[in-house]
Amino acid sequence: MTLVEDSSADRLGSVSSGNALELRGVTKMFGALAAISDITLTVASGERRAVLGSNGAGKTTLFNCVTGDFLPTSGTIRLFGEDVSRFPAYERIRRGLRRTYQISLLFNGLTVADNVYLACRGVSRGRFSFLRPRENDALLTRADELIEAVHLSPWRDTAVANLSYGQQRQLEIALALAGAPRIILFDEPAAGLSPTERSELVAILNGLPGHIGYIIIEHDMDVALRVAESVTMMHNGLVFKEGTPEEIENDQEVQELYLGDGHE
Amino acid sequence: MALAERPRPGVQPLWIERIPAAWWALALILLTMPAWANNFILFQVMGWTFILGMIALSLMFLAGYGGMVSLIQMSVAAMAGYMMAIFGNSGMGDISMGLPWWLYLPIAIVIAAIFGTIVGALAVRTEGIYTIMITLAIAAAFFYFTRQNYTIFNGYSGFNLVVPPELFGVDWRQPMPFYYLTLGCAVICYAVVVYVSRAPFGLALQGVRDNPRRMAALGFNVTAHRIAAYTFASVIAAIGGILLVWQNAQIAPGTAGIPAVIDILVIAVVGGISRPIGPFIGALIYVLLRTFSPDVLLAFGLSGERFKLLIGLGFLAVVFFSPDGVLGLWERWKSRRDRRRDPLTGADE
Repeated sequence: MTLVEDSSADRLGSVSSGNALELRGVTKMFGALAAISDITLTVASGERRAVLGSNGAGKTTLFNCVTGDFLPTSGTIRLFGEDVSRFPAYERIRRGLRRTYQISLLFNGLTVADNVYLACRGVSRGRFSFLRPRENDALLTRADELIEAVHLSPWRDTAVANLSYGQQRQLEIALALAGAPRIILFDEPAAGLSPTERSELVAILNGLPGHIGYIIIEHDMDVALRVAESVTMMHNGLVFKEGTPEEIENDQEVQELYLGDGHE
Repeated sequence: MALAERPRPGVQPLWIERIPAAWWALALILLTMPAWANNFILFQVMGWTFILGMIALSLMFLAGYGGMVSLIQMSVAAMAGYMMAIFGNSGMGDISMGLPWWLYLPIAIVIAAIFGTIVGALAVRTEGIYTIMITLAIAAAFFYFTRQNYTIFNGYSGFNLVVPPELFGVDWRQPMPFYYLTLGCAVICYAVVVYVSRAPFGLALQGVRDNPRRMAALGFNVTAHRIAAYTFASVIAAIGGILLVWQNAQIAPGTAGIPAVIDILVIAVVGGISRPIGPFIGALIYVLLRTFSPDVLLAFGLSGERFKLLIGLGFLAVVFFSPDGVLGLWERWKSRRDRRRDPLTGADE
């Protein structure tokens, strides 16, 4: 078993496209309410994009449609050139997509090590294996590296239920880094973190290998502008503006709509 | 024991040294039991404990690790028993095919596993109370079907004279051989469940229990995983079912009637579904109550038929005082005892 998951590596060659993610006219209706409507968005491979917008702008719904937590009502989603619009979540994950959740979704009954091990196992073969891994199993080693990377080594045998909030957020990130991610969706990873934890998060994000792109939903402009190369503003379920962090920061309309609100 | 336990620096104890003393004592008691217990205890008490424990263990696997409370386990066990009677030998020569044991045993287990898998495939898309309802409905349907179908299941009377094959010149229905047979099967099933619980399959199942949505977001096919858990649990229930039929030497619709289906749930809940030992504890309590409570009731001038009342009251008491059964009571007692000790010296206050 190799450290870098074979499945994604194979597909990297077979489906080559410059774009990690292409959304065309993606709409998600909840009853009569359009949570997002007609979203068209392209994220290049390795690109780091921030998605900004007030509460209810549809940012998390957008993530849920991309990962397959919900199927979009209409529109197409292409992941590395492949149409995944109707794929279940696990098929998209196996193609190199990862995400974290705004409210930590972890396995509370299991230890940190088990959580990360499951994440590594989920994107490799042997998900149904009835054999326990050996002590020198490559995935166990990989899990330990990930735990180290998010500074959770002292807690590797602690049950998740006993971790602090900040530690759970770090574990969320470790789960998203398992396997061979090619594009990661971070849903407000900094929410509720202390200033120290925030700078650690920025360090982790900026330390990711260059081929891994990500989209980050972040309310904290400070964090968002330090980790993103491009910014998409959403408002009322629509893409409102796209541009570089500087353009967005200095945009008159954006300031009225979003930054203005934040400083009231 | 954490799956990902790394070797700690220093000398590792041998695996045999890591087994707690209590387990050695239990093993000694169970292995030597035929030397000091009578045949009634061996056959009627311990035999039933191991068999019902195995069937309840299959429920514990689904409920404890998978979060799926399935009431189909007794029906799966009975399906295996029926298939053994149909493909093997019984008093009903017209239906039974008389295949050799090495053929009818695997056939019985495989058919029961397929049955459990199909039920699982129907049940896994539901959650909580709906899983209970759907599996209960199928269990009820199975009961009425076997009672009304005479061409395959021989209706109301079922099959009698279903006995184990005389392997190695041993009559396996004699108390001592049967005791060791059921003990061996129970220990193997228990060990396999413990082992699998820490293997990727079992670990992922616990992940599915804690958070199915996240499991999908880690690349796991949650539905397939749940169905596979039903298949695995069905094999354990099937082994229990085969032994159960040998124990009774017969199988009839009542074997998997609604009361029997509920009994398995009661056994698992009373014992505790958080760990695989729970169902066996529950089964022992259930069998002891069932066996001896008529005597106790008669001594008090009550009808011996009322033993289910005692079981019901016991069930209520356990669920009321400890949601996690006897295991939960034990854990609570242990943690209270540990708390009383001085945290630094370990001495009692």
